[in-house]
Amino acid sequence: MTQAGLKVTFAGPLVSLQDAGRAGGLRYGVSPSGPMDRLAFAAAHAALGNPAGGTAIEVSLGGLSVTCADAPVTLAITGGDFVVDLNGVTSGSWQVMTLLPNDRLTIRAGATGSWAYVAVAGEIAAKTWMGSTAHHSMTHLGADAIASGTTITIDDAQVRSNRIGNLAPPVQDTNDNVRVVMGPQDHHFNPTSVETFLGSHYKVAPAYDRMGMRLDGETLDLLGALSIPSEPVLRGAVQVAGNGVPTVLLADHQSTGGYPKIATVLACDTDRLTQFRAGDPVSFTAILPEEAIKIARNAAQNQIEYLETLNVIRGSLEERLMRENLIHGHLPED
Amino acid sequence: MALPFALLSQVNVTQVSFKPVADSGLLVVFADALSDAAHEAVLALDRTLSADMPNGVTELVPALVNLMVIFDPIQTDHVAVQRAVEERLGNLLHKSAAAESHTVDVCYETPFAPDLDSAAQATGLSQEAVINAHLGGDYRVLMFGFAPGYGYLGGVADAIQVPRKTAAVPNVPAGSVMIAGPQCLITTLKMPTGWTVIGRSPTPVLTQNETAPILFKVGDNVRFNRISAAEYDRLARGGTQ
Repeated sequence: MTQAGLKVTFAGPLVSLQDAGRAGGLRYGVSPSGPMDRLAFAAAHAALGNPAGGTAIEVSLGGLSVTCADAPVTLAITGGDFVVDLNGVTSGSWQVMTLLPNDRLTIRAGATGSWAYVAVAGEIAAKTWMGSTAHHSMTHLGADAIASGTTITIDDAQVRSNRIGNLAPPVQDTNDNVRVVMGPQDHHFNPTSVETFLGSHYKVAPAYDRMGMRLDGETLDLLGALSIPSEPVLRGAVQVAGNGVPTVLLADHQSTGGYPKIATVLACDTDRLTQFRAGDPVSFTAILPEEAIKIARNAAQNQIEYLETLNVIRGSLEERLMRENLIHGHLPED
Repeated sequence: MALPFALLSQVNVTQVSFKPVADSGLLVVFADALSDAAHEAVLALDRTLSADMPNGVTELVPALVNLMVIFDPIQTDHVAVQRAVEERLGNLLHKSAAAESHTVDVCYETPFAPDLDSAAQATGLSQEAVINAHLGGDYRVLMFGFAPGYGYLGGVADAIQVPRKTAAVPNVPAGSVMIAGPQCLITTLKMPTGWTVIGRSPTPVLTQNETAPILFKVGDNVRFNRISAAEYDRLARGGTQ
């Protein structure tokens, strides 16, 4: 079995290994973790023809630099609009390429987006905990942290030349609006606060990590609800602390919270929201639960169709050269 | 364990409320304030649903007075899940066959018990009496929250119920055994806390065992066993991580 290594020469904070996440752990206080942007993560695996949900590298705004060792390996880079630098030649995220031994790959923040994904043709070796390799940022359970000097080992490393090429990002809303279902504790806020929440343009605060995204803007008045019994929370919950500041809870969120949740963001919009950056505007639109179900089903169908368009043979080297006119990436000599 | 039937009969199932949560959750609320009866109902509904999961339900998260039912919106919706819960409310499983008992070692000696003296002063008891009151409790895992393996244990004796500190103390080590009000907790990671730390346990709650990663589950019973600092050192070194 061919083994390749990605020697990490630089890793920003919050760069980590993530698989699809840890289901069933909330009842033990264990957050689901997994990718912040689940659609971009799924796209990276689909582009390589991988089974869904395997371990991939999640790259934060801090960026990642690796040097390929031992064997060539094909990888897919998706998510946001990051700068991809291969041996000094820059291109963008949303492509499949092959790294050869000694190739230097850097992924760093580009024009937009907060999280990029690198899936590999092969299997990234990682510790599992509770059935998942997803690295949990608060406890460091799951896969080991990625840091300068560590090596990401790829078992069964393969070259899949016929997958190489550019990928179309998903078609998504580009506005600042995300959809929520109100509650489950909107009754702990006075009606003016609910209006404020839905009428405001918040900005993403710099305090943004895998646990949550704090929002700067108008604070919300609680109706003396600070002593509500702790209750389970889901990813996307908009929790309002005692100071009235809302925070959207994300992949590594605490399993329960004692602060009221004024609303909860739909799963598909949560993925899009995670790509926002500090300073970006965010506004909320309330929809009914039955609409939320319809939207979730549409989004799931659209995702299936989108991933099918990525999970294709992108042709022989000659065909790609014709099509892409060598504008992109690094092509191995087959 | 002896409570369920009497308490359950106090829960008026017509007062149960349901709150939809985005596109994949339904929060079942038995009460707005803490009550033993409401918690018993949460556990009974958790057992009942676990034994016969409604179509599309993927995960259940029990808390003190409410239960989150998580579902796959492709397979079901809030209305169908609520109907499935309502159908089961009239016929809840009262007894937990699966509740287990666990013994957790705890050392109450210096430097593991920084707040033992203040607990003694606050309660008017001797340090030894605080320890004995803590050891004498029959604890039950009420819920997990905050962080992996953070099991809130109910059953702290009235005599040693102390309020939270007004300000959190930083960097309290993992394994700290601490109390606040009627609850006790064994921490699983270093963290700031306003709870009163009366001991340290070498017993790992996060077991590193892939098939049973958390020492106990909601509804289980826990007792504490007093150990010396020497035993603590031996156990903490001896293959526990």
